[in-house]
Amino acid sequence: MTDNLYDVVVIGAGVSGCAIARELSRLDARVCVVEREEDVCCGTSKANSAIVHAGFDAQPGTLMARLNVEGNRLMYEWATELEFAVMQVGSLVVCVSEDTRAGLDVLLERGKENGVPDLRIIERDELREMEPNISDDAVAALWAPTGGIVDPFGLTVALAENAAANGVEFCFNAPVSEIERDGDIWVVTAGERHLRARAVVNAAGVYADEMHNLVATPDDQLRIIPRKGEYFLLDTTAGPHVRHTVFMLPTKMGKGVLVSPTVHGNLIVGPTATDVDDKESTDTTAEGLAEVATKSSLTVRDVPLREVITSFAGLRAHQEAHDFVIGEVSGAPRFFDCAAIESPGLTSAPAIGVMVAGLVREGLDLEEKPAGEFEPTRKGYVNLMALSFDEWSELCEKDAAYGHIVCRCCRVSEAQIVDAIHRVPSARSLDAVKRRVGATMGRCQGGFCSPKIMELFVRESGMRPEEITKRGPGSQILIEEGRA
Amino acid sequence: MESRDIVIIGGGPAGLAAAIAAHEAGCTDVLVLERDVQLGGILNQCIHNGFGLHTFKEELTGPEYAARYVDRARELGIECRLGTMVVELTPEHVVWTVSPDRGVHAISAKAVILAMGCRERPRGALNIPGFRPAGIFSAGTAQRLVNIEGEMPGREVVILGSGDIGLIMARRMTLEGAHVACVAELMPYSGGLKRNIVQCLDDYGIPLLLSHTVTRVEGINRVEAVWVAEVDESLRPIAGTEVRYPCDTLLLSVGLLPENELSRDAGVELSPVTRGPVVDDALQTSVEGVFACGNVLHVHDLVDYVSQEAAAAGRAAARYVANSSSEAESQTEGTREDERCLSVVAEGGVRYTVPSTVYPARMDEKLLVRFRVDNVYRDRFVSVYVGNKRVWHRKRRVMAPGEMEDVSLKRADLEAAVGATTIRVTLEEE
Ligand SMILES: Cc1cc2nc3c(=O)[nH]c(=O)nc-3n(C[C@H](O)[C@H](O)[C@H](O)COP(=O)(O)OP(=O)(O)OC[C@H]3O[C@@H](n4cnc5c(N)ncnc54)[C@H](O)[C@@H]3O)c2cc1C
Ligand SMILES: Cc1cc2nc3c(=O)[nH]c(=O)nc-3n(C[C@H](O)[C@H](O)[C@H](O)COP(=O)(O)OP(=O)(O)OC[C@H]3O[C@@H](n4cnc5c(N)ncnc54)[C@H](O)[C@@H]3O)c2cc1C
Repeated sequence: MTDNLYDVVVIGAGVSGCAIARELSRLDARVCVVEREEDVCCGTSKANSAIVHAGFDAQPGTLMARLNVEGNRLMYEWATELEFAVMQVGSLVVCVSEDTRAGLDVLLERGKENGVPDLRIIERDELREMEPNISDDAVAALWAPTGGIVDPFGLTVALAENAAANGVEFCFNAPVSEIERDGDIWVVTAGERHLRARAVVNAAGVYADEMHNLVATPDDQLRIIPRKGEYFLLDTTAGPHVRHTVFMLPTKMGKGVLVSPTVHGNLIVGPTATDVDDKESTDTTAEGLAEVATKSSLTVRDVPLREVITSFAGLRAHQEAHDFVIGEVSGAPRFFDCAAIESPGLTSAPAIGVMVAGLVREGLDLEEKPAGEFEPTRKGYVNLMALSFDEWSELCEKDAAYGHIVCRCCRVSEAQIVDAIHRVPSARSLDAVKRRVGATMGRCQGGFCSPKIMELFVRESGMRPEEITKRGPGSQILIEEGRA
Repeated sequence: MESRDIVIIGGGPAGLAAAIAAHEAGCTDVLVLERDVQLGGILNQCIHNGFGLHTFKEELTGPEYAARYVDRARELGIECRLGTMVVELTPEHVVWTVSPDRGVHAISAKAVILAMGCRERPRGALNIPGFRPAGIFSAGTAQRLVNIEGEMPGREVVILGSGDIGLIMARRMTLEGAHVACVAELMPYSGGLKRNIVQCLDDYGIPLLLSHTVTRVEGINRVEAVWVAEVDESLRPIAGTEVRYPCDTLLLSVGLLPENELSRDAGVELSPVTRGPVVDDALQTSVEGVFACGNVLHVHDLVDYVSQEAAAAGRAAARYVANSSSEAESQTEGTREDERCLSVVAEGGVRYTVPSTVYPARMDEKLLVRFRVDNVYRDRFVSVYVGNKRVWHRKRRVMAPGEMEDVSLKRADLEAAVGATTIRVTLEEE
């Protein structure tokens, strides 16, 4: 059955899987991404700090250090090519007590060794000038101008759309449960489907250990420990409270939380770090949120916590050695791990994509597509917030649906939502629309626009209202049997 | 640029009443801008009756009440632009609108009336720990789904918050065949009208759990259960009192927030208490020529008061337009800065007042000052002092945060108190 034979099956449509797929789509290869959820970016990639790390954190010589710095550089390039939102706001690691100041020098040296450009230590006065709401305790900071913030959904969707445009197939609601060998071919059981592949890439996030352990020898088992991080997201009125990403230099009392603007203009505060047993436990806890609230004041004054619009939690795919695990699994030819992608995995994604695609290419001896057959660019979604009234007016002349605002908080029109519903991979739930165009993400959290988006789903994709979900099967918004 | 005497933002009961009153006061160049495809605002989804008892002396449904104003506006020939959303208001009264038929379009107005209503406080603001599954709705969203779209959001329901919409939805969901397990309220008193507690909960045997809150939401995809616990005096959950309610739906009725994004961008000063504009006796905001009324100004419980207040704003805006035209010719009237102004101070259990400043020289013969109290009070006197002189002193059997109160000020009293700079509204034991 050649129909079912792929060159590469990528497991997981998080930012790693999608970056890999996008880089593989440069090659003359048949590629399929299988994902157990209903959409891309449903795992860790959707719930993190969204920081483009400069690269001074990771230990020199590690894969993490190399891919972070390389990913940081590529991120800004790819943002232009693929039109997702990134802002190079720079980051500060703030030292709040004289006796830990030496820690800044350690970071500075480490950063230099990792090849992070333009790092510098700044003193109290300059710091205060740059960041007026910085805590009175702040004594100095490490300034990293290459740090930034990114839209993690926008990034992942952009990678997936570009991959799809270049021929990559996506298969959703397809949890991989078995991986077996049939001669030279891997047979991947994903939901009802059996996919045959010459090579497999394991980018399954917190579940990458389970995938690995299906094919690895008993003495080469992987263990991923989910490490929960909880956050508050504050209204856009609080967004300008800080101008840069503000980290805290750890003290004897422990690690602080970061305070940062987001590309959507909100303020993010978090995360905590708690090891958990359950890989599904992306729930927030009373203790976790209380910790974020307390720690928010360590580096920044008067964080306006009454402006919180939502809270959320994400799971880091932590592994004991604390480095990315990338490479062919021994004894499992052409099965490539892309595992333990904990922070700074989002930043590193572009570099991870390039590296893993390179390994696969070598392993399968693949060729690049003939010149002109790979389309490196992708059109982003319209962002009305970023347009002048004149530009918006022009759009309305082309398509009146740009004049119909559906989400009032984030200024999203009917036209953008219809666009999201019809692109590939398409948005098929309220959360999928949110990830693509931001609707429901604002201060009313969908109270106003959810019913209107549901109407658009009915109109555009012929769904019945009862079929519409928040986030895939089982999360129907309405009750099926209709009214009593 | 299109130019208008009065532009009204919002075509709910406030916007409509303001438009009609302005027109009746002689300003006929009035334009109402409404983002929805119909007029009437929130009333369109309030299909229960109980509206209009004060204004029309009969019990109307929300749409019926709205229809009276829509019809009157039509009779007067007031232009209402539907499907038209205002996206920006400048301090110079330029109103930027967006609509499918006109695209992006600017209008310059002599006076602007803010009548954008309010929105519901979302779940995030509460920080309820747990997952974020489907099945959590603000009560107003559920009301819209049930009453306008004809859809059913759930079968087994817990409601957090006893604001009026939550109470009304408890009854609505019950009538639609759902089971409402309880209404949990954080405070030791309800935020809703007494009338609604009786007619929407008591009559259906739905328990109201005062001093309770939701401490956890279970369910990854759809709500499976919520945990409700009692709270102590500092509103913290008491360990060991948690009860698990299996359910598929959690409705939130935890407060309304005036929708003032446009006002803020126009430089209008907002009150941290009401989150609405700070206004004077003419309902004029800190920006000259910009007036506010209805739920955008402060959250009302009765639409009759919204209509009354909005009519006052409409008349004041018409007067402002008339004055600014005659001023251009004769330079007679000065600005507010030149005049004696008293500030209204809320004290002793009074949370806020509307208005918060009064210009005796401009005010009507009599002025209604509306306020809310911060707790449940029994057998207290409402007193008003102009300077040191008490001008109002009336006993009220019960006052609660859920119900709006008012006192009436006479211009004569303010004029008599020559040196006074404040008007204090306060509660007293005797
Ligand atoms: C709290 C926190 C903060 C962070 N902050 C940052 C930051 O600021 N900057 C930064 O650079 N990085 C940050 N990270 C790290 C970053 O978010 C991750 O490294 C990155 O998102 C990992 O992407 P991924 O694609 O590898 O994993 P995921 O996004 O988890 O994707 C894995 C995908 O595989 C799917 N899957 C799993 N099992 C199966 C199966 N059996 N079959 C099919 N599909 C399957 C999942 O559904 C999921 O979609 C943070 C992480 C956390 C948790
Ligand atoms: C669920 C519920 C139940 C109620 N029950 C009762 C009751 O039983 N009895 C009673 O007397 N009262 C009741 N009320 C109160 C009454 O309905 C409200 O007080 C009244 O609707 C407020 O009128 P408004 O015009 O200020 O606001 P709204 O009715 O909210 O109208 C505001 C209008 O402005 C429009 N708008 C907002 N922003 C823009 C913009 N940028 N551009 C264009 N248009 C905009 C909105 O679309 C809306 O139509 C209830 C209210 C609610 C919410």
